[in-house]
Amino acid sequence: MNVTVLRFPGTNCEFDTEYAFKRLAQSVTIVWHEEEVIPANTDLVVVPGGFSYGDYLRSGAIARFSPVMKAVKAYADNGGYVLGICNGFQILLESHLLPGAMKRNENLHFVSKHQHLKVVNNDNRFLRHCEEGEILNIPIAHAEGNYFIDDEGLKRLHDNGQVLLTYCDADGNPDNPNGSVDDIAGICNEKRNVFGLMPHPERAVETILGSADGVKMLEGFIL
Amino acid sequence: MKAIVNVYLKEGVLDPQGKAVHHALDALGFKGVNDVRIGKQIVLDLDAASMHEAQKEVEKMCETLLANTVIEDYAVEIVQ
Repeated sequence: MNVTVLRFPGTNCEFDTEYAFKRLAQSVTIVWHEEEVIPANTDLVVVPGGFSYGDYLRSGAIARFSPVMKAVKAYADNGGYVLGICNGFQILLESHLLPGAMKRNENLHFVSKHQHLKVVNNDNRFLRHCEEGEILNIPIAHAEGNYFIDDEGLKRLHDNGQVLLTYCDADGNPDNPNGSVDDIAGICNEKRNVFGLMPHPERAVETILGSADGVKMLEGFIL
Repeated sequence: MKAIVNVYLKEGVLDPQGKAVHHALDALGFKGVNDVRIGKQIVLDLDAASMHEAQKEVEKMCETLLANTVIEDYAVEIVQ
């Protein structure tokens, strides 16, 4: 599989993402945000975490207008797979490739810790190796992970099975670190080819890191 | 010409910063504050033929970049 990882000014998770996929024996190309095309034969575009454009104005607001994002939109419109992690998720929201918006954490803290997640829906490429209801342990690190969508949009997400992951404790009870609506940690679009989540699966690929649960997620994209 | 843009979270969207400041004011003894909303002010210095044209142009900027209309409202004021 050929993975394309984007890099904006301020991105800082591109090498972690590269490492994670290389560990899974996949080929990875890091692409600068000024590029206007996605490399041919790309099987997955990852918009990685970090602080694109210093998160000025709003997280992801300026990155959305980088030339490469036009190519990502065309790639996604053609059914290509796109995964946005943390700041990448924020960029996909600002780009309207995913519905909703991100606000500052309700407690105003930058939260950095291991967090349990519940798999709500596995009928998609991303979570197909997970069981529904399975509890995963994946690190989070963000100040703006307070996912918001209006009531109508929220109903649509639930009705279409687009809510993929929710925050919980080790026993599966709701445990929300940022105030996001309905404890949402990750969603996908209606066509199920664009995915976004605040937790960092690429930081959970070896037990020495505290968890290898991220492997299952990333492996979902490998055929 | 100057344009002053105020961006606030929409009514009904919880404002975590506003809430924290509200608590702090209360703790400092400033009673009787019903609500606190925190927004941002963006001041633009721009060339425009008329105030009307400037208003229209800045509103376009707000819809495109300056505000996220999913969660934010904005108000534009043009001053000479």
